[in-house]
Amino acid sequence: MPQEQTAQVNSAEALESEELVPPAEPHAAHDSKKVETQADLSAEMRGIGDRYAEALKNGRAPETMPRLDFAPYRSSILRHPTKSLHHADPETIELYSPAFGHQDVHALESDLTIQHNGEPQGERIIVAGRVLDGDGRPVAGQLVEIWQANAAGRYIHKRDQHPAPLDPNFTGVGRCITGDDGSYSFTTIKPGAYPWKNHLNAWRPAHIHFSMFGSEFTQRIVTQMYFPGDQLFPLDPIYQSIVDQDARDRLVATYDHELTSPEWALGYRWDIILTGSKRTWTENEAYGDAGDEE
Amino acid sequence: MSKLTPTPGQTVGPFYGYALPFNKDNELLAPGSPGSIRLQGTVYDGAGNTIPDAILEIWQPDSEGNIVQRTGSLVRDGYTFTGWGRGSVGNSGVYTFTTVNPGPTSPGSAPFISVAVFARGLMNRLFTRVYLPENEEALANDPLLSSLDPERRKTLIARRDPDGGLTWDIRLQGGDETVFLDFQQDGSLDTSVNADSQP
Repeated sequence: MPQEQTAQVNSAEALESEELVPPAEPHAAHDSKKVETQADLSAEMRGIGDRYAEALKNGRAPETMPRLDFAPYRSSILRHPTKSLHHADPETIELYSPAFGHQDVHALESDLTIQHNGEPQGERIIVAGRVLDGDGRPVAGQLVEIWQANAAGRYIHKRDQHPAPLDPNFTGVGRCITGDDGSYSFTTIKPGAYPWKNHLNAWRPAHIHFSMFGSEFTQRIVTQMYFPGDQLFPLDPIYQSIVDQDARDRLVATYDHELTSPEWALGYRWDIILTGSKRTWTENEAYGDAGDEE
Repeated sequence: MSKLTPTPGQTVGPFYGYALPFNKDNELLAPGSPGSIRLQGTVYDGAGNTIPDAILEIWQPDSEGNIVQRTGSLVRDGYTFTGWGRGSVGNSGVYTFTTVNPGPTSPGSAPFISVAVFARGLMNRLFTRVYLPENEEALANDPLLSSLDPERRKTLIARRDPDGGLTWDIRLQGGDETVFLDFQQDGSLDTSVNADSQP
């Protein structure tokens, strides 16, 4: 119902001031006289992939991260550093993370399907896994934040102009604090694919944005989780900005029937590995005693 | 212990507006309270244009140099300094934080604030630091700053404003590009800049 939608958008907008709202993806920042097609972009990405495959054959170590310089994602062209990142040993504050606890996040914030009066439309899912550091140690008591489009591929965002319906019962935002074993779990709706304006007929594969903290600030990560078997993977410049297939696979959840809840929700499992940690750990921290002071 | 391969990052995208910002996210203490300062600046792209959709996080010691481990950053009680804040830039690319001058974490060390930068079009978060401008001897002895040539070193040092605040701009690309940091040299290459040209 239109009135309900308006009410929902207004209450969601009250969460932030308007100036915090970033604009939608603009058309390519470079010369846009020629309309670029998916075929143009795919050829460009194939070229980068071929050169990477060649480099691997010549003994280059596999890449594990996205390239900052990945021109097929047009918005990155003027937004990536051109100088090499400067190696630094993390010091003092960088060897610690901010502390979050149950003062910060209510337990119900991990269920994105109960934030309104009614049930959201779409396929209910459970997404669960663990946050681990590079040595396999659980990251306990830390903040996980997610955001996503609704089942129709629409974000609640005034500059998301995709003419798909908003869902008055779905904001698409959740938070939780990891358990002692690094575990997190969200109940949500499977997001839809959505179109964007990187090039003509550009579509993002369905994804959930994830934001995580480690036990050290240098482990901070924001990323996107994808669903297995998505036909849009080869076409998407953001997914393809990770040129190594093994590395890409680390962003794809696994369907897990053990996690599926009978007559309720399909389960997807996805673990996150943070970069290694440098600080010498104490027993307490290693067993998840850090974090909540409440 | 065997090292696990880290999960790749991805861009924060344009649609984080309902998820990441929260009430008083950029107020590490209440504006106007004793000892508070404003840290502000502008985020620029490689063409010198301001970026209207970046979001920053700062993480710092208190004014005595203590590393605080207190919860309550997301639901601020108005009294507890947690050391962490998040600030979105506005339409003009300007961010602001209300915080305190960080203290030295050991005697004579150069105080700095750790910064993480996220933006649409930025494939992975970037880390950097912003140093207080005052203690020149400490700055000269700082392990990171002394490893940089003078032109690049300047990009990490804030200007002190007449009102006691700090101004520090971020340039993601260009001749005066901010120094961004790579903390991972333990076999997990953190990122690839111009990876095509690497051996």
